[in-house]
Amino acid sequence: MPATGRRFGLIDVVVAAGGPPPSPELRLAPEHRHLLARCQRPVTVVDLASEVDLPIGVVRVLLSDLTELGIVEVLTAPPGRITSRRLLNAVLDGLEGL
Amino acid sequence: MDLRDSDSSVPTTAKIIIAGGFGAGKTTLVGAITEIRPLRTEETLSDRSVGVDDVSGVDNKTTTTVAMDFGRITFRSDLALYLFGMPGQERFWFMWEELSYGALGAVVLADTRRLASCFASVDYFEHYGVPFIVAVNCFDGAPRYDPTDVRIALDLDPSVPVLMCDARHRESVKTALIGLVRHALTKTGVPESELAG
Repeated sequence: MPATGRRFGLIDVVVAAGGPPPSPELRLAPEHRHLLARCQRPVTVVDLASEVDLPIGVVRVLLSDLTELGIVEVLTAPPGRITSRRLLNAVLDGLEGL
Repeated sequence: MDLRDSDSSVPTTAKIIIAGGFGAGKTTLVGAITEIRPLRTEETLSDRSVGVDDVSGVDNKTTTTVAMDFGRITFRSDLALYLFGMPGQERFWFMWEELSYGALGAVVLADTRRLASCFASVDYFEHYGVPFIVAVNCFDGAPRYDPTDVRIALDLDPSVPVLMCDARHRESVKTALIGLVRHALTKTGVPESELAG
């Protein structure tokens, strides 16, 4: 786990928090702003990394900064739900409908 | 179906791992079914993660990056399935852990010309209780094995499904993924503590 905060899962969904735009005093790096611009709609960490063409590890650090500042939120349900029968059945339905 | 306890506008994401040795057809399989061409992202390896055998010649290099292919299938606005190609070499074990965490299961794509390249991932999924199936990729020109022979060669538990698959064809890949999810459903109900390994 990075020293800067929580570890983001590859398919965790993040989104920009709905508050006012970040103050210039926050001194966000261009990479932070670039990431933030891509988070206006919910997006997974892995899609984000692919879009901004940065390694996952770098994106995690930047996201960690942004969540600590309250500018970005993580929307994903807590771990444990993921293995539920409901999710498996929903994915099964989806695959069969392809 | 409501996947969330609240706020149904939040998308639910799920992932399935596509494992197999180098050249087994993982990226082809991902590309055959996902709505986007396989995307690529990179993960950084620190020196502690890198096996001593495979990077000889990369002198004094303490970090390197490994490409990770993935694809996405959006079923509904609130449900997306991600497929991740898992590098087969054991030195990427730290990525296996990350990829396996929270995964619905794994498809081990077996290349009959190099069945041994599946051993490591099969062992890993067995050890950590990740539901998996073995899909024998039917390459043109590759030896056509009977699923029973593959089962014996890989020393699989009788409950692990083995099926034939053509990683280039969408319907074949779809059948394999459905097979995996059905198999995973038979595994649910087992206490989480036993699955966690």
